[in-house]
Amino acid sequence: MSVYVDKDTRVVVQGITGKQGSFHAGEMMAFGTNIVAGTSPTKAGTKFNDKVPVVSSLRDAMEFEPNATMISVAAPFVKDAAFEAIDAGIKIVYILTEHVPFHDSMEIYHNARRKGIVMLGPNGPGITAISSKCKIGIMPGKIFKKGNVAVASRSGTLTYEIVDAVTRSGRGESTVIGLGGDPVVGLSYIDVLQQFEKDPETEQIVLVGEIGGSNEELAAAYIKKHVTKKVVAYITGRSAPPGKRMGHAGAIIEKGVGTAESKIKAFNDAGVKVADYPINVPDFLE
Amino acid sequence: MGKEVFRRHGIPVPSGYVVEKESDIRKYEMPVVVKSQILLGGRGKSGGIKFAKSEQELTASVKQLLGSKIRDLAVTKVLVEEMIDIKKEMYVSIALDRTNKAPILICTSEGGVEIESVSHDKIFTRIIDPLLGYSQFIGRDAVNFMKLDPEVGKQFMAILEKLYKIFNTEDCELVEINPLVVTGSGKVIAADSKMVIDSDSLFRHREFEVIDPEKTPLELEANSKGYSFIELDGNIGVIANGAGLTMATLDALTLHNAKPRNFLDLGGTDNSETVSNSFEFVLKAKPKTILVNIFGGITKCDTVATGIALAKSRYGIKQPIVVRLSGIREEEGRKILKDAGIDSYPSMMEAVEGVVKATGGN
Repeated sequence: MSVYVDKDTRVVVQGITGKQGSFHAGEMMAFGTNIVAGTSPTKAGTKFNDKVPVVSSLRDAMEFEPNATMISVAAPFVKDAAFEAIDAGIKIVYILTEHVPFHDSMEIYHNARRKGIVMLGPNGPGITAISSKCKIGIMPGKIFKKGNVAVASRSGTLTYEIVDAVTRSGRGESTVIGLGGDPVVGLSYIDVLQQFEKDPETEQIVLVGEIGGSNEELAAAYIKKHVTKKVVAYITGRSAPPGKRMGHAGAIIEKGVGTAESKIKAFNDAGVKVADYPINVPDFLE
Repeated sequence: MGKEVFRRHGIPVPSGYVVEKESDIRKYEMPVVVKSQILLGGRGKSGGIKFAKSEQELTASVKQLLGSKIRDLAVTKVLVEEMIDIKKEMYVSIALDRTNKAPILICTSEGGVEIESVSHDKIFTRIIDPLLGYSQFIGRDAVNFMKLDPEVGKQFMAILEKLYKIFNTEDCELVEINPLVVTGSGKVIAADSKMVIDSDSLFRHREFEVIDPEKTPLELEANSKGYSFIELDGNIGVIANGAGLTMATLDALTLHNAKPRNFLDLGGTDNSETVSNSFEFVLKAKPKTILVNIFGGITKCDTVATGIALAKSRYGIKQPIVVRLSGIREEEGRKILKDAGIDSYPSMMEAVEGVVKATGGN
């Protein structure tokens, strides 16, 4: 068992012949992900990696019955690609692309939600379900080991750093989810906490947060009330000056909202241990 | 800039013109307001606004403001505007509410001051469903809450509808009118306004000039070359891959009582030239030491090592460089660095401790 995706997940890659799309589609297949089709406006009729049919539109790809999509097209075209996927009724819409206007993300999110579709990203590394051998996105496959620790994060590389630390400590992961570094993303910590709490494979949870917004504070309040499993957190951006976007569009302290102190305090108040350094996260796990 | 957009969308604004030098001053019906054109709120408090009842006063005000500085920003333009007969000042804004992933409308009949200083029970807030958009019921609720006269309320609602349209069509993070003024003759006018455009949307708004008054010249230079770069006030140059890991690196230094000089995120590059060129900006910031923290994935360790070795010889770097390499092609990378005489560590903590020691702190 894993959350959002499993061994029955059938993935279509929108933009499978682009530089990013083709590299990561190959890595995903090597991990075991079942990619059933890819789209490309120019290379329809060919096969990707001698195996995956490439078609010109998502409508054509529906013949292969995908139930998840990875969107890896340039930012100006993301909204259209996501609407195409929502219209086709694909249940998981993951957007890898960075620099998507947040107005577009807002529209995608609310349209997806009304249809019961899960939006993941934009600007996140995706989702990896280790025991289901399903990886959608760009996480390096080699850092994982099957285990009971679920991880949710707003970053990419920092997530890998922490997953690597968890794996090196002799533990392993169940499902790892990158929510995305933008101010508007599809999933919140609360959404994934609900899933992790229900997931029989997950026994403990790591939340990797950063400055900006109040997603972590809301998660802390939710944990206090609804989460029985052990939760450990790491928060980055303690040293960030206010008003500066620290690489991620969403990592900004605005009008005193979104500081690391406020997030660490909220987690501490909820009984969640917050590690000082990424490497210390496993110290607080069972 | 905000006013032109407002005018284009039919929101009433005061009439006026921009002055960059004394000879730009034209005759104008007195009295007038002379406003410094800077990209900051709160300029009234900082002395950036003057009033003139005669042409002599106008010339004197313009002379005084042009070339003055407000919070370290030089005033190069002033706006000469009709004086509005203010009977009442209100506030209205639409911004992104990150939690609800939707626009939030905020308004109060107590405008003219910073919204943060208005007591909460006087502020009307409403999350707007972006798929439904603005509809009159929202305006009616706001007008009732603010207890506006029917005539003022009607104008307020018309402005609100246009403001929401601006928020959407111009891809705004924020549109704000403060103050939204009711004049002596009962007209509602946007006396001052602010717009923040989402920089990721500029591909469809080529008409807007990108100006970020918060950025330093070195930041702008690095950004123009595609690097996510922020100057800080310490002495350790930092290069890492991924925004989260770069932030975590700064935090680790800070927890060791050391001070980073900058934030530089290489992103997902796997190009040695991109790595090497990034040193240009870090070196321009004149750090005492440099820390490179790489968790190799898409960015492979040997690519980074080649880039670092290249930068060392190309820029003749004298400062100690401490590198952490972990992940894909780590051993290959470590050998390249050793050959170039650069220390490297497998863990972030060892590298942080190494650079702190090399910097002479702690």
